[in-house]
Amino acid sequence: MPPSETPLHEGPQGVEGQPLIVFDQVVKRFGDLTVLDHLDFQVDPGERVTLIGPSGSGKTTILRLLMTLEKVTEGHIWVDGEPFSHMPRGSGLAPASESYLRAKRRRVGMVFQQFNLFPNMTVRQNITEAPIHVLGTPKDEANQRASDLLDLVGLGEKIDAHPTQLSGGQQQRVAIARALAMQPEILLLDEVTSALDPELVAGVLDVLREIAETTDITMLCVTHEMGFARDVSHRVLMFDQGQIAEEGHPDQIFGDPREERTKSFLRSVLDNGD
Amino acid sequence: MWDFEFTLEVMPDLLEGLWITVQATVMGYLIALALGLAIAMVRRVPYAGGVVHAVMEFIRTTPLLVQLVFVFLVAPSTVSGMTIGVVVLGVHYSAYTAEVYRSGIEGVAKGQWEAARALSLPARRTWGAIVLPQAIRKVIPALGNYLIAMFKDTPLLFAIGVAELLTQAQRLGAANFRVVEMYTLVGFLFLIVSIPSAILIRRLERRYAAV
Repeated sequence: MPPSETPLHEGPQGVEGQPLIVFDQVVKRFGDLTVLDHLDFQVDPGERVTLIGPSGSGKTTILRLLMTLEKVTEGHIWVDGEPFSHMPRGSGLAPASESYLRAKRRRVGMVFQQFNLFPNMTVRQNITEAPIHVLGTPKDEANQRASDLLDLVGLGEKIDAHPTQLSGGQQQRVAIARALAMQPEILLLDEVTSALDPELVAGVLDVLREIAETTDITMLCVTHEMGFARDVSHRVLMFDQGQIAEEGHPDQIFGDPREERTKSFLRSVLDNGD
Repeated sequence: MWDFEFTLEVMPDLLEGLWITVQATVMGYLIALALGLAIAMVRRVPYAGGVVHAVMEFIRTTPLLVQLVFVFLVAPSTVSGMTIGVVVLGVHYSAYTAEVYRSGIEGVAKGQWEAARALSLPARRTWGAIVLPQAIRKVIPALGNYLIAMFKDTPLLFAIGVAELLTQAQRLGAANFRVVEMYTLVGFLFLIVSIPSAILIRRLERRYAAV
C-alpha cells in the first residue's frame, strides 16, 4: 500500500528488513468471550514461530485470522506491508470484502488438525485441484508438481489412492503437500499432529523438519510437540488469555522460562507425556 | 370371472398409458432433481433463502391434486395437460428434494469448506467439486425414494385428463363394463415398474449410504 494514500493508517512496509506479518492491536471476540485481547506481534519473512499455551488461549484463532477463516473484531492485520484484515478505502481502511480476501489468502496455506482432505478426490486431485483451478497451472505441470511433492512427503506411490485408504499420518502428509502445492509464502500449521496416533506423529514431524530446513517459507505453528518446536522454530510465543505471556528463543523458553504461567504450562504438557 | 382375452385386447392401450405415466414421472423427476438442488443452494442465501423457504412450505402443505387442478384451470388452454402435469409434479417434488439436498449439504463437514477456502478455491469449484459430490452421494437413496413416490402420484394426472395409465384404464373399463379387471391390471402394471425400481434404489442405498 503506498503510504502517501493512507497516511493515517500507515502500515509496515513490505521491503527487506521489514516484518512480513503484523498484528496491530488485534481483538477477536466470539460473543462475550474475548479470545484475543489487543494483541501485537510481528513475524519476519522466513521466520518460523511456534505458538504454545493452554487451549483456549487464542493460538488457533491467530492462524484462522491469517487464513481469513475468521474476521478481526478490532485492530488490523498487515501482511507484507499491505492491509490484510482490511482494505484501503479513501484515506482509511474498511473491512475487507470477500474478493479482496480471495486475492490476499493465496499467499497463505494452512494444514489442519483434522487434515480435511477431500474424500471424493484422489490424492493427486486433492493436490492439483487448487493449482489448476486457482493458479491456472497447466494440468501436466500440476501433476508433475503433485508427484514431486508426494515424493517429498514420502508418499509417491499413493498418488492414485483415496484419502480413506490412507492412515491419519499419511493423510496429514498429503495435506501438507496440498498446502505446499499453492506455493504459499506463509504456512500455518494448526496442531497438525494432535489427531494422530502416537506412532504416526514422528513421520509427519520429519516431513515438516525437512520443509523447514530446505525452504525459506514463513511458518506459524501451533503445537504441543515441544521437541519439534524447539528444533525448528526461531521463536516461541507463549500465549495465555489472548495475550502473549512470554516470548523468546526456544532454548530460553523451554530451558529457562521466566514467567510462572510458562513454567506451569510446560510442566503440565510434560506431565501429559507430550 | 377373469377374462384373459379381454386382458390381451386392452393391454396395448394400457401399456401406452403406462408409457405416458413413466414419461411424466421421469420428466417430472428431472425437474424435481434440478430445481430442488437450485432451491437448496438459494436457501443458503440471506433473505432470498427465506422467501424460497416460505414458497416451498406452501407447496408442501397443500395437496398435489389441488395444485394440479388449479394450475390446469389457470394455465392458458394452449398448454397441454401433460406439460402442466410434468411441471406441477416436478415443482411439487422439488420442495421435497430440496430438503433432501439441504440435509446432504449440511452433512458435509465444516472442515471441507475451510480447506476449500484455505486453498482459495472459487465458489464454483467449492460447490461443484467438493461440497455437492459429497452431499449428493449421501442423499442418493433418499432421492431415489422420491422417484418411486412420484411414480405412484402420477395417476393424479387423471384429474387433468392426461392419457396416463389410470385414465386409459378408466376409459376402457367403463366402455367394456370390466372395471375390476382394469384396476387389477393397473395395480399390476404399477408393481411391475415399482418393484424393480425399489430393488435398484436399495442397491444404490447399499452402495452409497455406507460411505
